[in-house]
Amino acid sequence: MNDTTIEATPANAAAPAEPKRWGNQIFEGLTLLSALMVGALFLLVAYVLLSRSSLAMKTYGWGFLTNVHWNPVTENYGALTFIFGTVVTSAIALIIAVPLSIGTAIFLTDLAPLWLRQPLTSVVEMLAAVPSVIWGLWGLFVLAPWLNDNVYVWLNTHFSAVPLFGGPVSASCILSAGIIVAIMILPIVTSVSREILRSVPDLQREAAYGLGATRWEVTRIAVLSYARRGLMGAAVLGLGRALGETMAVTMVIGNSPKIQASLLQPGWTLASAIASSFGEASSDLSKSALFELGLVLVGVTILVNIGALLLIRSIETPGSRRA
Amino acid sequence: MLSRYDTYRKFKSSCMSGLAILCAILVVTPLALVFIYLLKMGFSSLNWDFVTKLPKPAGETGGGMANAILGTLELMGLALVMGVPIGLMGGIYLSEYGSPKLNGWIRFGADVLNGVPSIVWGLVGFVLAVAPMGGYSAFAGGMALAFIMIPLVLRTTEEVLLLVPTSYREAGLALGIPRWKITVNIVLRTAMKGIITGVLLALGRIAGETAPLIFTALGSPLWNHSLKEPIAALPIQIYFYAISPFEDQNRQAWAGALVLIVLVFLLSASVRVLSARRKK
Repeated sequence: MNDTTIEATPANAAAPAEPKRWGNQIFEGLTLLSALMVGALFLLVAYVLLSRSSLAMKTYGWGFLTNVHWNPVTENYGALTFIFGTVVTSAIALIIAVPLSIGTAIFLTDLAPLWLRQPLTSVVEMLAAVPSVIWGLWGLFVLAPWLNDNVYVWLNTHFSAVPLFGGPVSASCILSAGIIVAIMILPIVTSVSREILRSVPDLQREAAYGLGATRWEVTRIAVLSYARRGLMGAAVLGLGRALGETMAVTMVIGNSPKIQASLLQPGWTLASAIASSFGEASSDLSKSALFELGLVLVGVTILVNIGALLLIRSIETPGSRRA
Repeated sequence: MLSRYDTYRKFKSSCMSGLAILCAILVVTPLALVFIYLLKMGFSSLNWDFVTKLPKPAGETGGGMANAILGTLELMGLALVMGVPIGLMGGIYLSEYGSPKLNGWIRFGADVLNGVPSIVWGLVGFVLAVAPMGGYSAFAGGMALAFIMIPLVLRTTEEVLLLVPTSYREAGLALGIPRWKITVNIVLRTAMKGIITGVLLALGRIAGETAPLIFTALGSPLWNHSLKEPIAALPIQIYFYAISPFEDQNRQAWAGALVLIVLVFLLSASVRVLSARRKK
């Protein structure tokens, strides 16, 4: 995260000319090859997904993206239900996680007593270290049944007129998946937001205090408006993670290819469809269709991630606390 | 004198501080809950059989996950052997040789790769290793995990190598030591703790990965004897036992999760110890 100091002292700037040596050239060549592996990995992903999904692409064309059916018996495959499930779970996750994360980041940078900041940051890091499958296990056996008994049934009885909560209720549903994903993206959104807020120059805060602003006014006027773009970047980075979340979602979403208004019924996402159906996909066409789902997933997440990184980098200006 | 508007502003400010505290509490709560449940459900199922015996067929009670525990360690070792050299050498290139422009692209590429969903690496591993070799294998699983490690290790290696003072390199050059020997014997050695920290961080990240393994390593009820055979791993076993209809398997899923989280936290604890020493 200290890119600014890196740019200031390039390690190879002062190296004087030296005699030609084979050892040097071989070593440099090897390191260059390894560094270029990053590019090679992109090509590899693109090659694997494009070549393996070509059969499905040829069979269904662009209609694949708008077809709502997923029927292994008639070999009629379409991606729309999975795109729908992915978008809805990610949206729920962002709506829950972004305000919580930014609130926590504000608490960590501007409000918390100094002795509490480091331990709390460590706790957020520990949250990030919990594997997806463990969130899934907890979601499946603890969170989803609890939500079902205490929240979903209540919502369903009192708000059944609202399409979002109408119809039959299931513990394994889109809302459960959204909530689990929200928990899983909390740490990354929090820690990036915290970095962004820390990069706001103290001068900004002091100026606002000097004008007689209250604590909240300082945060709103001097900090949040200054960091807006970076915080958006943090949220978009969270979106990238939410789109690709696989195991925990597979375990709590119910894995059923349907598009419906209700959040309390099972759904399916791109990533969880690949995870749960790949092993059973026997025909070439069904495997190919799953690879095309993977292609859609990778295309979207890479675009989202590039957007997030550009937003976050745009705020890394000199004069910030990090520099 | 305070006007009513000032009182309102102060009141609003306190409300917002309260909200921020509430947010922090809500963020910490799930972690606490997961811990409580892991201890409550996992600890009671954890016994000697669990860590020494093979899984029993579905429906029978007892048995353990010994092969999965060993399998996870084996897969981590494989990923280490395949992924770390490439990530390490790439990091060396960025810090010791590369031009700012190329470095910028590689760094950006590595950051984007870090955001690629891990299940995609499972698909890549399937196509590269499972399909041509004719079956699921430990090798394929290790390779899928190695792909995840490469960009992580590359980024951390570069960061710690840049912390090594330029004067160290200059001192070596003044003595007429070849550049690559300076890099290996002086720069790498100085930054060794940081590099190990980065590798442990990456291992902690892949230890719990399930999605890249379910169609590469596949999982297995037996001990693994060859890189060409399917291999059991804790995350896979937890997943299949969690969605299983048999109660005894659900119970063992919790025990497996407890073992896995202990493994992950041991790794991150050693990271903390190492980086604390580095700062001194």
